[in-house]
Amino acid sequence: MVPLSYYLILGAILFAISVLGIFLNRKNVIILLMAIELNLLAVNLNFIAFSYYLQDLAGQVFVFFILTVAAAESAIGLAILVALFRNLRTIHVDDLDTLKG
Amino acid sequence: MKIPFPDLAPAAPELFLLAAACAVLLVDLFIRDERRWVTQVLSQLVLVACAVIVLATATTGTAFTFSAMFIDDPLADALKLMILGAVSMLLVYSRRYLADRGMYRGEFFTLTLFSVLGMMVMVSANHFITLYLGLELLSLSLYAMIALQRDSVAATEAAMKYFILGALASGMLLYGMSMVYGATGTLQVGDIASIIARGEGNRTVLVFGLVFIVAGLGFKLGVVPFHMWVPDVYHGAPTAVTLLISSAPKVAAFAFFMRILGEALGGLTADWRSMLVVMAVLSLALGNFAAIAQTNLKRMLAYSSISHMGFLLLGFLAGNAFGFAAAMFYVAVYVLMNLGTFGMILLLARSGFEADQLDDYRGLSRRAPWQAFLMLLLMFSMAGLPPMVGFYAKLTVLSAVVDIGLVWLAVFAVLMSLVGAFYYLRIVKLMYFDEPVDTTPLSATADARVLMTVNGLAVLALGLLPQPLMAWCLMAIQRSL
Repeated sequence: MVPLSYYLILGAILFAISVLGIFLNRKNVIILLMAIELNLLAVNLNFIAFSYYLQDLAGQVFVFFILTVAAAESAIGLAILVALFRNLRTIHVDDLDTLKG
Repeated sequence: MKIPFPDLAPAAPELFLLAAACAVLLVDLFIRDERRWVTQVLSQLVLVACAVIVLATATTGTAFTFSAMFIDDPLADALKLMILGAVSMLLVYSRRYLADRGMYRGEFFTLTLFSVLGMMVMVSANHFITLYLGLELLSLSLYAMIALQRDSVAATEAAMKYFILGALASGMLLYGMSMVYGATGTLQVGDIASIIARGEGNRTVLVFGLVFIVAGLGFKLGVVPFHMWVPDVYHGAPTAVTLLISSAPKVAAFAFFMRILGEALGGLTADWRSMLVVMAVLSLALGNFAAIAQTNLKRMLAYSSISHMGFLLLGFLAGNAFGFAAAMFYVAVYVLMNLGTFGMILLLARSGFEADQLDDYRGLSRRAPWQAFLMLLLMFSMAGLPPMVGFYAKLTVLSAVVDIGLVWLAVFAVLMSLVGAFYYLRIVKLMYFDEPVDTTPLSATADARVLMTVNGLAVLALGLLPQPLMAWCLMAIQRSL
């Protein structure tokens, strides 16, 4: 059987990649949305691994809720992205600099 | 497996609000644009009715329902009343502003109602799933509301920034929750507390999870070093939405702190206290110094909110009933002052004029003496000058900090609020001692003016008689812990 720590390390790596993706990415807002999805999936992996090893279903139920909310979240994110593109004609992260100070 | 039908009584306010928000959403479809006020009146009535239900079902004890995922206690009732009161004041203040900018539509009202529902669920949550769902219902409504002004570059940019950082914060919070789940094997607030109290559960994993939870909560509350979104969102969002973001959600965030740190992880107080001390010190310093440099009032208030949230953390980190009550008192007072200040921006704004530059307040005392006087009361209160309520709020929080022996922290906070007094008093100086640039008479509606008067005078009255509110907060906390 695969030990729990393997899943947790994989989850941690995915989580780290997604956070780095948000902070280092200077190119495209869509990549930010992808990083957010990855972030939530890393959390889901953690919950499922714990849920399986603890033999407790609550963690898996939580994962269903997170998946549903993530779908709603990306719908709103993409809607805001479309509105932003109509105004700015670009989705470069560096161009989001109207608000400063 | 047979699941018993849950007792619906403790969740009656939320169930009513959900049904009513859906009804308002439907009714609004059949209303023509020139009769949009019907939607507003309906929303206002829904909020009042919801407050009545909260009062009618208020108990002195604790009631659980939905397999103990949902809790109704005096703390929840008190915070729900604050949220409902703040949002109904917001609806009065923002009517003219929204109408002038083509935002007076059903979406604004239904999204507001759904965000209130999210906040109320957060306040009454007793399980990590409930907490998360309430939080997301609130956040998703707010993301959409900021972008309601679709053709404004600043508003859509603010929405995007808030969305990205808000989603990242939720991710952090969830990661922390998954660690706590792994260490304790449960998601129930009460069960987690008792497992930690028994000394079970892997402590390293718990503290690791705690770090992520505190970071996620810090993002939501907007404290340094997780404050990047605050100035941009306050500045870019339409003022009516800024008012919503900066008022009621702070109450919900306080509830979130109470449920996760105060109740579930209360056994780890020593661990989270040191993190909150760092966040409070940084927020007080950065918030107050950065606010001095601002020329935009909304941006200045954003930095001021960062420093106020630093004060809120000071009360909270005491980690005892008095500290929690002091923090609760502080958040109530902050919301009241904030409603007044942003309400004033909305009151002075007119079509094509935002009234969000500091220069717009030059000579206000000659244009509108009464409004200038109310603004003076609010600014004195924000700065923490006696006899305003802001003074008493700061005093209670500081005495909570001194009680646990962190005298240096209290001294530091006092020094920082002296720095803060500078930029609040600068507005008073602009209003009373400078020549007016703009001489257009005020065009605000009567209801907003009356509410503004009540709001401004309440800041003074509560400052003279703070005891009832403080006693109420202390009672709510003591009966719920």
